[in-house]
Amino acid sequence: MAQHQVNYAQSGGLPVALTTVDKLLNWGRSNSLWALTYGLACCAIEMMASGASRYDFDRFGVIFRASPRQADVMIVAGTLTKKHAEFIRRLYDQMTEPKWVISMGSCANTGGMFNTYATVQGADRVIPVDLYLPGCAPRPETLQYAMMLLQQKIRRESANKSQKPKRLV
Amino acid sequence: MMRPYQPKENVQKKAYYTDRFWVAPRIPEEPVPEESPYADDLAAVKKVCKVLNAYIQRGQLVIYVSHEDNVAALKALKEARGYEMLSELSAVDFLAQRGGFEVFYQLLNLSGARRLRVKCFVKENQAVESVEPLFRSADWAEREMWDLMGVKVNNHPYLKRLIMPDDWEGHPLRKDYPLEGDEFAQWYEVDKIFGKEARDIIGPENRDPGRVDRYDTERFARLGHEVPRGAPAEMADKEEETPLSYQEEEGVFLIEKFSEENSKVLDKRK
Repeated sequence: MAQHQVNYAQSGGLPVALTTVDKLLNWGRSNSLWALTYGLACCAIEMMASGASRYDFDRFGVIFRASPRQADVMIVAGTLTKKHAEFIRRLYDQMTEPKWVISMGSCANTGGMFNTYATVQGADRVIPVDLYLPGCAPRPETLQYAMMLLQQKIRRESANKSQKPKRLV
Repeated sequence: MMRPYQPKENVQKKAYYTDRFWVAPRIPEEPVPEESPYADDLAAVKKVCKVLNAYIQRGQLVIYVSHEDNVAALKALKEARGYEMLSELSAVDFLAQRGGFEVFYQLLNLSGARRLRVKCFVKENQAVESVEPLFRSADWAEREMWDLMGVKVNNHPYLKRLIMPDDWEGHPLRKDYPLEGDEFAQWYEVDKIFGKEARDIIGPENRDPGRVDRYDTERFARLGHEVPRGAPAEMADKEEETPLSYQEEEGVFLIEKFSEENSKVLDKRK
């Protein structure tokens, strides 16, 4: 009977991966960022293009979900009107922790060119924002890059984020 | 023919509203020709109510009636003269000049290919009668007129705000409504979502497009100059360029890095 002597540690054959729980959780979170289908204006067209085959968000694990309960990241794609502000807050509150927000385009960042009575001057007046994308509208590459930055951010932070008490609107 | 040259250097400084002698150009008004379809339309309206003024403008008949006669005039035009389509209805703000609104009804006669406009003047505290029983398209148009202009409509089936939220105060398309909103409008979403006590925490809106602080890292950073949210001011001051990195340099847990040596490029179709 042949005696096989395998040095698992040297030949890379060790069937165990050593890591921390944080890394493992963040790996899962950052590679399955399900985004809320949240197109408010023309930025939504770019968001849809990012999801389509050419830019292909699926390979990042970004799958658009039509329900806030199943979504991890909210991409505020477009002009946020004052009439709608109430609902964006409600949708944000309905998302399960942990959750992230990308403010896409000038209108969601600052109100953009709509310096009027009917436009919220920046989505961050209503919900906390993690990433701001410049552009009017940002190209799909920009959104792709933002997703990668968000993934980096998620990998950097502690997996056990302290959860803030929720406020019902 | 060449256009006469006009100097344009100061065209921005001399806006028309600062020019005391500027007269708004008016579209010429012509009398209604006798023995024309429009003369018959006018006669049909004159039968049922008093016509205050009538003229032809850009080839379309314009009839002024009293605000109490709007339904009678439209009914006569619809039933006797075949104007079966109300293409537009709204109000024009003349609050500063005359203390009221000019409500207009744009009608279309499809078989005769003619358009006609009925106008009436309402004071601010007066109301017009709804024409919704005559034209279904007046339903939303009258709601919009009430919403944005504040012209009340009597006997409308469902006079509710159409465009603005239901709990909105004020009528935004009036000339005296500020473009950036009054106090109610500026705090609307904060008051509604967080309550009035959150005003101090959230702060007023930044409506000055010139006030862009390039070192304000809370809000913006250029691509390739990313700084973490809430970074100290001295960090933003340096604005060191960070290379556009798509992954961490040391690699990502469980994810293999793409290497060009190990990849295969197909340079022609199979």
